[in-house]
Amino acid sequence: MIEGIGILSLTIWVPIVAGLFILASGGDRSADGQRAIALVGALLGFLVAIPLWTGFDSGTAAMQFEELAEWVPMINVYYHLGVDGISMPFILLNSFTTLLVVLAGWQVIQNKVGQYMAAFLIQSGLINGVFASLDGVLFYVFFEAMLIPLYIIIGVWGGPNRVYAAIKFFLYTLLGSLMMLIALIFLFFQSGGSFEILQWHKVPIGMAAQVLLFVAFFFAFAVKVPMWPVHTWLPDAHVEAPTGGSVVLAAITLKVGAYGFLRFAMPIVPDAAHELAGLMIALSLIAVVYIGMVALVQADMKKLIAYSSIAHMGFVTLGFFIFEPLGIEGGLVQMISHGFISAALFLCIGVMYDRLHSRQIADYGGVVNSMPRFAAFFMLFAMANAGLPATSGFVGEFMVILGAVKVNFWYAFAAALTLIFGAAYTLWMYKRVVFGPVTNDKVAAMQDIDSREFLVLALLAICVLGMGLYPMPVTEVMHASVNNLLEHVAHSKLP
Amino acid sequence: MDMKSLYLLVPLAPLAGAVVAGLFGKTVGRRGAHTVTILGVLVAFLASLAIFQDVLAGNTYNGPVYTWLVSGDVRFEVGFLIDRLSVLMMLVVTFVSLMVHLYTIGYMAEDPGYQRFFSYISLFTFSMLMLVMSNNFLQLFFGWEAVGLVSYLLIGFWYTRESAIYANLKAFLVNRVGDFGFLLGIGLVLAWFGTLDYAQVFQAAPQFSNHTISLIPGETWSVLTVICILLFIGAMGKSAQFPLHVWLPDSMEGPTPISALIHAATMVTAGIFMVARMSPLFELSETALSVVMVIGAITALFMAFLGLIQNDIKRVVAYSTLSQLGYMTVALGASAYGAAIFHLMTHAFFKALLFLGAGSVIIAMHHEQDMRHMGGLKKYMPITYWTALIGSLALAGIPPFAGFFSKDAIIEAVGASHLAGSGFAYFAVLAGVFVTAFYSFRMLFMTFHGTERFRQRHHDEHHHDDHHHAVEPKESPWVVTVPLILLAVPSVYAGWVYIEPLLINGWFGGAIVVAPAHDTIGHIAENWHGVVAFVQHGVLALPFWLAVAGIATAYVFYMVRKDLPELVRRKAGILYTILEHKYGFDEFNDWFFAGGARKLGGRLWRWGDVTAIDGWLVNGSARLVGRIAGVVRHLQSGYIYHYAFAMIIGVVVMVTWFVQP
Repeated sequence: MIEGIGILSLTIWVPIVAGLFILASGGDRSADGQRAIALVGALLGFLVAIPLWTGFDSGTAAMQFEELAEWVPMINVYYHLGVDGISMPFILLNSFTTLLVVLAGWQVIQNKVGQYMAAFLIQSGLINGVFASLDGVLFYVFFEAMLIPLYIIIGVWGGPNRVYAAIKFFLYTLLGSLMMLIALIFLFFQSGGSFEILQWHKVPIGMAAQVLLFVAFFFAFAVKVPMWPVHTWLPDAHVEAPTGGSVVLAAITLKVGAYGFLRFAMPIVPDAAHELAGLMIALSLIAVVYIGMVALVQADMKKLIAYSSIAHMGFVTLGFFIFEPLGIEGGLVQMISHGFISAALFLCIGVMYDRLHSRQIADYGGVVNSMPRFAAFFMLFAMANAGLPATSGFVGEFMVILGAVKVNFWYAFAAALTLIFGAAYTLWMYKRVVFGPVTNDKVAAMQDIDSREFLVLALLAICVLGMGLYPMPVTEVMHASVNNLLEHVAHSKLP
Repeated sequence: MDMKSLYLLVPLAPLAGAVVAGLFGKTVGRRGAHTVTILGVLVAFLASLAIFQDVLAGNTYNGPVYTWLVSGDVRFEVGFLIDRLSVLMMLVVTFVSLMVHLYTIGYMAEDPGYQRFFSYISLFTFSMLMLVMSNNFLQLFFGWEAVGLVSYLLIGFWYTRESAIYANLKAFLVNRVGDFGFLLGIGLVLAWFGTLDYAQVFQAAPQFSNHTISLIPGETWSVLTVICILLFIGAMGKSAQFPLHVWLPDSMEGPTPISALIHAATMVTAGIFMVARMSPLFELSETALSVVMVIGAITALFMAFLGLIQNDIKRVVAYSTLSQLGYMTVALGASAYGAAIFHLMTHAFFKALLFLGAGSVIIAMHHEQDMRHMGGLKKYMPITYWTALIGSLALAGIPPFAGFFSKDAIIEAVGASHLAGSGFAYFAVLAGVFVTAFYSFRMLFMTFHGTERFRQRHHDEHHHDDHHHAVEPKESPWVVTVPLILLAVPSVYAGWVYIEPLLINGWFGGAIVVAPAHDTIGHIAENWHGVVAFVQHGVLALPFWLAVAGIATAYVFYMVRKDLPELVRRKAGILYTILEHKYGFDEFNDWFFAGGARKLGGRLWRWGDVTAIDGWLVNGSARLVGRIAGVVRHLQSGYIYHYAFAMIIGVVVMVTWFVQP
């Protein structure tokens, strides 16, 4: 550890500095050097995050690796960082994903390479900031700032309809952001002039105010998750985004929304959270069932996986709002697992798109004949998406369903329908794209994955299988924080 | 080596083989792939034998291997329960798997996916072993889904065939419907018992026998009944019980060794094994047992009917498997768990034998599966013929072959049962005997006896072909025939040798629990006077004569009066059409479930997402903003005097406001 700079600061600023450095290094003529810097930056970003895991004390729910510095003393805004068992895994996941994205974009991106890499690195640092912030204003700044690189990624390297997608996304988030800002200001006054998130956890708040705050948080976070019915930006954003953008969007950005519920909505307004849990559960189950059926009929692979993401994130919010250890930990596990699986699936689609320049299922057929190694990886990730045991996709869903049975059999009944829908939309797509005889010359000409693509997919395959076979280490770091959270939300905060 | 490492060795040896053959298939080559996988399965078989000896000596084991997950106060573990039930299953699985591995060398010799195939079947063996050795519901579900995965991969092994990739998707999805119920059952177990460990659940189960659950307001059901029926839905998927049986006949699209190993001998019996394993739960719910018995009886009889009219040799065996699985399920419902497992074992031998025999015929016929193009193969393929005859006699239930003993035990047990539905079940299993004997010998006569119809066909096909290769069918190579012979041996003797120890002497001990009121096997044991007496009693009883009548009818229909089948078909009319459409399940499922889900999904997407949310809410608000902006835009006219005028009005208004007292 460098003297004076904490690990969390490093995880935030190393990628950002690397990104700025790339931006300063010139245009596409120095593309190779920029790629190298990006790789080093991403690797360093991941390496500096590792001590968070190795040095983590899973016995306590207190914040760890804390850093505190004055920022705007006039209104008590601090540069306050710290992680607990809920936020720490996501910093690692994010840093890891950034590494993959840099690798995946290595040759695919030939246009404005430096800016592309820089956007991802800067975004990575900002997202780490979101998960590490313990100050409301700091959180808000990171929370808003992380979207800027994403807009740029979609807007510059995106598909033909990227402007519509970006504006739609913007409209959705704008509303949520404004409401959240009001909520933060309200909490500032309510807590007697503090922006400390942990302080807000303790402030008594009346029921009416709690409900309003919950609604404000709902709009800020539910859009990101995304929950039904504020989800329609996601399929469009995915379809237009370049592969790397889709990977980060699915693997990380969605998790920020779910994290917000755990860090803000549930502990700050627990009574409203209990009061409105039924609504949240209903919306989650609609996501699982309704979106599962919508995914079935998609003709565009990216759209299909985007809808499948919404359905899988439904498990996360379902798990959170049944207020059971199995549910919350299951939701967190599902978030991490979905990070791996959705990243892998978008990369798989990217691999095919790079060769055939189409995302339409109908343009494919019989890919296994020309790309057997790729087909094997794709099969693994498809099965993981369908929640097959021994893959990470099973763990979270299993925990949430088991937790839900305890609360209400019918919640579990609706959620368990994913066993059928998830398998149906994923494997039906796989069948039409990969299996069968070669349907056209373009498919016949597809080259199997090269060693770079192999490396990226193999890393994800290891994560998916490892977490499926032995999820214990992942949940172990969460126990203390999750138990603490559950205990906290069990107590009323009404004055 | 201590016993725990030996237990670990049993599943891990095939897994290692699968990994080597799967990931390094190119490096190790064909020889390397089959050597390493066969070695792995052989090690598992030998270790199972050693464990079997150890268990017979009175040692059982129940303990964890590693902790998979801890959450809240629940511990999920991976662990082994080694008792007489699991060790018997381990032996059956590893033995049949070993035979199928050997056989595959011959059957798949020319296939480009040779290494992949060996990798899959070894992976299957691993998964199945994890399933039967489990000591908890979590690992059971793991194995359960893992065998489903391998089954999916293997049905679709020839992935360029449209029918194969249709069948594997169908199999996976239908199984998922079963797993859906199974998972909810497991969830209820955890919710009520607070653990997924078998031993703890079984011990606590009697305390819950009076607990009720209200899933629909105003209706209360026994918790255990709900749990058992949900678990049984899982068994219905995996063991292909009506109405979730639809995937099994289509699964025949996979290579024949798979049909033998997975879709006859082992995987499809997972449901039977599971219910037997859960006997301490099922015994506490007579409702659940009745459901099990009736579902089994429907499957046993009505699937046998479908076997009557199939012309594809593998499909006959497939429907026969469905029907025999129905017999096992009926036995479970009648609390004759031991008889179900006994029949599972004998059936594993003679059905694997029949499938591999069918495969041997298919090789000889150059991948022809239609029996109408066979006939007279007896003299060309003597080993295949005689082993197939043994298999058919065993299947028909003729003494002294293995099937007679296990099937008769089931029929006796059902006769002794007093549960609701046992009358129907008894009728179904009796009628099924006749049908079974008829279709098995119909297959035997059509394939091995009579005129050599393949000559005619080959003659037609090669009419304009200069290249006249030899159509003379010949016996398969030793890697094919040796497994046939090795499977024929237990198909002959396994019945009379094992019935007394397995059923009569309560071999399973504590592994299977039967309430005194349901003790149908006890009824057989009371009247037990030795094997010879059992056979003597058997040949005087109705089932035996039904079987003989079935064989005789088949003989008349297919050897003597060959015009009769056509005549009956025409007379049967609508009945025949119903059978030909397999009772219409496929059509209904395609239309209602597959089509319905697609239609509903399309509607939800178009009306919900595209029209309502995007059309009205998102773009609507965008339009609204646009419209307001359009109005407001007029304020920014760009003329200084407009702005100055507005400012003056503003100042006037504010001054008026603030000056007010």
